[in-house]
Amino acid sequence: MDDQAQSAVASPVGALVHETHQSVPVAGTKEQTQPGLTAVPNGGAEAAMPFQFRGSGFTMMVLRILDPDDSSFFAKLDEKVRQAPNFFKNAPLVLDFESLAPDRCLHLSTFVRRLRAFGLFPIGVHGGTPLLRDTALTLGLPPFPAGRAAKMDAEAPASAPPAQPPTPAPPTPPMIISEPIRSGRQVYARHTDLIVLSSVSPGAEVLADGSIHIYGPLRGRALAGLTGTPSARIFCMSLEAEMVSIAGLYRVNEDIDPDVFKKPAQILLEDGYLTMKVMPQAVGPTA
Amino acid sequence: MAKIIVMTSGKGGVGKTTSAAAFATGFALRGHKTVVIDFDIGLRNLDLIMGCERRVVFDFVNVINNEAKLHQALIKDKRVDGLSVLPASQTRDKDALTKDGVEKVLDELRRDFDFIVCDSPAGIERGALLALYFADEAIIVTNPEVSSVRDSDRILGMLGARSRRAEQNLEPVRENLLLTRYDPARVAKGDMLTVDDVLEILAIPLLGVVPESQAVLRASNIGMPVILDSKSNAGMAYADAVARFLGEQVEYRFMQPERRGFMDRLFGRTA
Repeated sequence: MDDQAQSAVASPVGALVHETHQSVPVAGTKEQTQPGLTAVPNGGAEAAMPFQFRGSGFTMMVLRILDPDDSSFFAKLDEKVRQAPNFFKNAPLVLDFESLAPDRCLHLSTFVRRLRAFGLFPIGVHGGTPLLRDTALTLGLPPFPAGRAAKMDAEAPASAPPAQPPTPAPPTPPMIISEPIRSGRQVYARHTDLIVLSSVSPGAEVLADGSIHIYGPLRGRALAGLTGTPSARIFCMSLEAEMVSIAGLYRVNEDIDPDVFKKPAQILLEDGYLTMKVMPQAVGPTA
Repeated sequence: MAKIIVMTSGKGGVGKTTSAAAFATGFALRGHKTVVIDFDIGLRNLDLIMGCERRVVFDFVNVINNEAKLHQALIKDKRVDGLSVLPASQTRDKDALTKDGVEKVLDELRRDFDFIVCDSPAGIERGALLALYFADEAIIVTNPEVSSVRDSDRILGMLGARSRRAEQNLEPVRENLLLTRYDPARVAKGDMLTVDDVLEILAIPLLGVVPESQAVLRASNIGMPVILDSKSNAGMAYADAVARFLGEQVEYRFMQPERRGFMDRLFGRTA
């Protein structure tokens, strides 16, 4: 579990470092070279630029094309789309040719035109032969790097319609860890919140794409909103963290305000600044 | 059913081998057939602490490699009945240990012994991982200082993730904290972490607190498990901890600074 989590997490951590450092050249400022402070955004300098480059991630529908020559291809697609017309209306779509045999030829422009007739919006391609990708580019469909497909379509039989049932995505349940997270362990809640029922030890690291809730002392590192979600927060019963980060902005232990240190606290982004607040006292018999 | 106990810490020099020797001897004194295994291949120490270094013929690695039978490598203790030592090899390194080999030896020992105490090497590499892999119970030996506590925390994480019980989703390894080299006077002065400080971080049940004691070094140098020095504070603390491990309720001792008598102060004697 330990090692698995570590490898799975390598890229988001890379993204964190990347983003924190990237924001400086893009904003065209050389301020804030002090390492501990580079993470706190400088609203003034960035406001001077008329634009901002930001990395961001979107969940996108992928149409995996298994057998475009199937005579019932579009009939079956029509059937799928009719099941949830709103879901598919103007839906951006990446065409995945990864599973298509290289010797299969496909008239891409006709294919794309027919997809558009269903209200689907192909915006890029993935996989396929170089020739197919070149054709796609002339049609305004840039190549997409490999995404992380949802597991559900992994076993789709070759004859099955490639699009997935258009049920609205169910809420992702949070990852819940009930034992203490010990030094050296890394836990990553991908696409969701992380809830820890016990403590996070010094030298341990908890990461989540969503928020992090720790019902015990936070003594290690906690990184929330890993994929750049500024609304993510960190909550803990006692803030003693080595480092906290939200959406790439971080503070190390030294920078934690003594007023919140060792207190129940929440960490959030407010006006682009990483803010730490003592939690309001709970009203109850224990107060 | 024999119980496999790993004596581990992550950090070196905290008293794993001393504690392994003391616990193994303590179990045997109470009538449980016990074997203590030295997993520190290449840095063999347990035989010295147990005072059997001049009787080592074959070792753990020989048995794993089928170069010797288990009973040829086991050394019976001369002082305590039902106590045996399986020494490490001094000439090999930790890669000589294999999971299958260790399992085979432990399975064979299970038939004859009530307790199998595995004395883990320091670190979190192969030797330490194999020492804890098959454990049913773990005794985490920790000194009251921050680096030792952090390393113990790391080892606890490994027990929860890399042990056989964790990998096969069995009942988790039972964890016990043994705080050693505890100096109540220095704790009182704020030089050392308190028992509560350590428990707050590690959050596992406290098996015992062994005070810093000159008796430990003295016992090591003459090759006698310190628990046999029943007049020393350390010996008594180990005896208490063994009793607690076996389920008895024993009050904690040696956690307050000692009030030194007039004669002690006059002659500068310490425990």
